[in-house]
Amino acid sequence: MLLEVKDLHAGIDGKEILKGLNLHVQKGEVHAIMGPNGSGKSTLSKVLAGHPSYEVMSGEVIYEGKDLLEMEPDERARDGVFMAFQYPVEVPGVSNSQFLRLAYNEKMKHTGGEELDPLEFNDYLKEKAKIVEMDPQFFKRSVNEGFSGGEKKRNEILQMAVLEPKLAILDETDSGLDIDALRIVAEGVNKLRSADNAIILVTHYQRLLNYIQPDFVHVLANGKIVKEGGKELALELEEKGYDWVKGAAV
Amino acid sequence: MTSATMETLFGQCFRDSIVSETDAMVKALREEAFSYYAATGFPTVRDEDWKYTNVAEIAKGEWPCTQMRTSLPDDDPRPRVMLENFRFGRNGFTALNLAFADISVVVIPRETSVAEPIELDLSAAEGEMASPHVIVIAEAGSKATIVETYRSGGRGLMNSAVQIVVEENANLTHYRVQRDAADAYNYGVTEVTVGPAARYDLTSVNLGGAISRHDIDAKLIAEGGEIWVDGLYMLSGSQHHDTHSSIDHTVPNCNSHQTYKGVLNDSSRGVFNGKVFVRENASGTDAQQQNKNLLLSNDARVDTKPQLEIFNDDVKCSHGATVGQLEDEELFYLLTRGLPETLARNLLTYGFAEEIINKIEIESIKSELDSMVLNRLGTEI
Ligand SMILES: Nc1ncnc2c1ncn2[C@@H]1O[C@H](COP(=O)(O)OP(=O)(O)O)[C@@H](O)[C@H]1O
Ligand SMILES: [Mg+2]
Repeated sequence: MLLEVKDLHAGIDGKEILKGLNLHVQKGEVHAIMGPNGSGKSTLSKVLAGHPSYEVMSGEVIYEGKDLLEMEPDERARDGVFMAFQYPVEVPGVSNSQFLRLAYNEKMKHTGGEELDPLEFNDYLKEKAKIVEMDPQFFKRSVNEGFSGGEKKRNEILQMAVLEPKLAILDETDSGLDIDALRIVAEGVNKLRSADNAIILVTHYQRLLNYIQPDFVHVLANGKIVKEGGKELALELEEKGYDWVKGAAV
Repeated sequence: MTSATMETLFGQCFRDSIVSETDAMVKALREEAFSYYAATGFPTVRDEDWKYTNVAEIAKGEWPCTQMRTSLPDDDPRPRVMLENFRFGRNGFTALNLAFADISVVVIPRETSVAEPIELDLSAAEGEMASPHVIVIAEAGSKATIVETYRSGGRGLMNSAVQIVVEENANLTHYRVQRDAADAYNYGVTEVTVGPAARYDLTSVNLGGAISRHDIDAKLIAEGGEIWVDGLYMLSGSQHHDTHSSIDHTVPNCNSHQTYKGVLNDSSRGVFNGKVFVRENASGTDAQQQNKNLLLSNDARVDTKPQLEIFNDDVKCSHGATVGQLEDEELFYLLTRGLPETLARNLLTYGFAEEIINKIEIESIKSELDSMVLNRLGTEI
């Protein structure tokens, strides 16, 4: 088991948002977590990534047999956990390539891989950028600064491509994308999908799942998984709306 | 300290040297400036403008005087006029500068684009005072870059003045890099006058010195002028830096932009005082000013005072100042990419400083400053 979330209760500022969430993820699987706005999707993503503002009240998260909640965010990342942000952060003054090379080399230090110098890394990055059809001119620009919404999302997937995580949590990577950008991002994710990793797609809409076929769909409402099924559940949800499952929750 | 003892610090020296000043006009100016200094001495914290910058330890020092030098062209009256208009009465430093000035003139000829940067390398020897006074005339339609570098190796007193005129349609880029040793003292004033449709772009980087202060006095005196007055002060240990700037819109339709950033570690102290004046008839002015400070330690401190004084309604102005720590969300973002916390913090601090350093278009200077910043942070990237 790659990831096991057991009866997770978590929240922020003393307010409980996740109210007993369970999730099992194996390598090679793609899980979609769908839910209406405010259901706790980003909270789950941030708790898994280790955001310090979120508080875990009870429950367990086991990642590769380790207690994930005991690990610092950077340790989690070096150990293969990646979260693509719903709202990627701008980092003025730091170029994309500097940032990515540092992150890549930190991971290599951890895994015993070979670190790359700026020239070597540039070649590596160019190859990875093809996955999301990103123009190399973005390498020199400050991280996400002045990027359009779609460019930021693509940049998140580029980071995923560079860091090759074992567990990627993509928080609403489809939101704010036009249809072309959506296709590019989705194809990028499909290329990165493998038997050695797992992806958790967090999304409000079904449309991303037309491009990336999930193995499992979980519906989150009010901090709990209220329905689970295969990819056909997403279509059913699209048809009937979230009120249908919200009803199922009670 | 009484004015009598202050006078004796430099008095004998001044009387010995002034006899060899052969230029009557300059001689009169030097004498006038010296009397001013003798009467007022160095500024003290009782002066409103020097409230946060205490130069008592400079005033206490014995600074053997340096040789006066005057090299003014015979056939060009402009430098003399500029010298006469130099506001030596700004404070004791400026008065002392003119009294002992080592005067030189740089003229960028009209309609000429100078590819090579014009370098001014300035330093004060250990235990000595240096008083360079540089007059720069960027003639109409010219384009050039000035690189003014301070690099005192020890505890010397740099007391400089640079007077600049940017004539019609001229474009002057000015990099001012103060990278003195950590025990040096540095005072400098930059006076700038910007003419019709002319452009002046300053990037001032302050890294060194025990006590340093830079006074900037920029005036837009004809329509269509544009100025950028940007800077960085990055301080650690017990360093103290003060930037006082005044940007004066005296005519309609000019732009000014100012971004100053401070990075303060340990028990260092920064002062930013930025005045922007928009005079009564300066309609169509666009003036933006901001000062952002990053405090890396609880003992560091900054006193910031951006000030807009607007006497016209038809203007677009903004100003603001922030003093704070690194953004938590930015830090978290870097952590989630696997950067250890110290590296993440250093990278963000570097990025903060880079916004200013990135303005520098001379690659060798930019990369040297990059390394100095990283070095200061004790990190490699
Ligand atoms: N910083 C916060 N402080 C207080 N409440 C928050 C905070 N962030 C999110 N919430 C609340 O938690 C709930 C779940 O939010 P979130 O996890 O962002 O949902 P989703 O991503 O599914 O839209 C919402 O009711 C939201 O208002
Ligand atoms: Mg969300």
